[in-house]
Amino acid sequence: MERQWVKLKVNGKERQLFIKPNELLLNVLRDELGLMGAKYGCGLGECAACTVLVNGQPMLACLILAVTMEGQEITTVEGMGDYDRLHPLQQSFLDHGAVQCGFCTPGMLLTAQALLAENPDPSEEEIRDYLRGNLCRCTGYAAIVRAVKEVKHPA
Amino acid sequence: MATDTRVLAAEFQYLEAHSLDEALAWLGQYGTRARVLAGGTDLLVKMKTGQVQPEYIIYIKKVAGLDYIQADEAGLRIGATTTLRKLEGCAAVKTGYSALYEAVRSMAATAIRNMGTIGGNLGNASPAADTAPPLLVYGATLKLASQAGTRLVPVEEFFLGPGKTCLAPEELLTEISLPPQGSESGSSFLKLGRVAADIAKINVAVSLQRSGRNCTACRIAFGSVAPTPIRVPEAEALLAGQEITEDLIETAAQAGAAAIKPISDNRSTREYRLKVSRVMLAEALRAAWQRAGGVL
Repeated sequence: MERQWVKLKVNGKERQLFIKPNELLLNVLRDELGLMGAKYGCGLGECAACTVLVNGQPMLACLILAVTMEGQEITTVEGMGDYDRLHPLQQSFLDHGAVQCGFCTPGMLLTAQALLAENPDPSEEEIRDYLRGNLCRCTGYAAIVRAVKEVKHPA
Repeated sequence: MATDTRVLAAEFQYLEAHSLDEALAWLGQYGTRARVLAGGTDLLVKMKTGQVQPEYIIYIKKVAGLDYIQADEAGLRIGATTTLRKLEGCAAVKTGYSALYEAVRSMAATAIRNMGTIGGNLGNASPAADTAPPLLVYGATLKLASQAGTRLVPVEEFFLGPGKTCLAPEELLTEISLPPQGSESGSSFLKLGRVAADIAKINVAVSLQRSGRNCTACRIAFGSVAPTPIRVPEAEALLAGQEITEDLIETAAQAGAAAIKPISDNRSTREYRLKVSRVMLAEALRAAWQRAGGVL
């Protein structure tokens, strides 16, 4: 299979990749770009641990061929904030003890960010509905929902 | 074939279509050796697990003019690559086609609904496809295109079995059209899964027309109870032209449950499906009747 050039934007930066058509966005992000935030969970679209934002919308990087992302804008959890400047949602997750093992956290944060962009003041029910596909095997849902509900000035 | 879902081991030639003509030309050339990729939520899973091994992947998400929802007096026309999430957010779907709205609302995770398309949900032809029962009760028509031209197929004739449709290897589903819904019509969709965002153990859709206290026409469709989504004319016939009462709804629900022949599989058992189908159909009938302005 021949490699081909794909141009896309990842966390605000233009990137050019030379990849095979069967490479998954998740592996390209992790292995080629060193962005380890998105996680491999089930590989089948059941767990949403691999969630990234594509043009602001949550999608599953384990079910996306990276070649199809030409010209698209990808946001991973690394694009939300960093240790010195946490995103308000990241701060809220810390404040509410919403991170246990941390495996689902990047997907939870990005999905919650998309929710708040659509609906700045969601009810608990709306939060649970929007996040329903993101599985937390620590079952820390109550704290996660509280963290989203009580986030301070969401971006 | 490796079944490691961490990677996609299969090799194929990637073809990115930028026009319908281009996609149809490739489909005409490669036929059964090709698979159409849109949202990828079904196809990539099947490729990872080795269920399908296409030599060519034709990506159609970049084809202009396949992603639209048009609502007017002629009804609703939906382009095949319209995402489930876009349907969910469409006011015309929410207000005019309750069963379809409730179906897409019930489907999968937010991320999956952002990726998955209505054309893909139909083309994948799962007996549990949530958009199928609503389309059956609305009497939807599917537009199938090939280089030779287009043909219109009633959705009822589209599904042939699990994973099987009447689409020819060189054809592409391009549009789903639904007839207009009158002011005295109502529809509903109900689904039973194990948890939220699950595949259906069983799903049901109802669409009916009301005139005064009578139901003038009624369609009922179940999913996950047969090799394809199916209508249950036995129950429909009991309601058409009749005054709607609680007793009649119960009778029709029993007739509907008696007409289906579900199997036991890893999602549910035959016995359970038979039992809940009656309750679900009765609830769906009540909801549709009340939405049509009927009282009970």
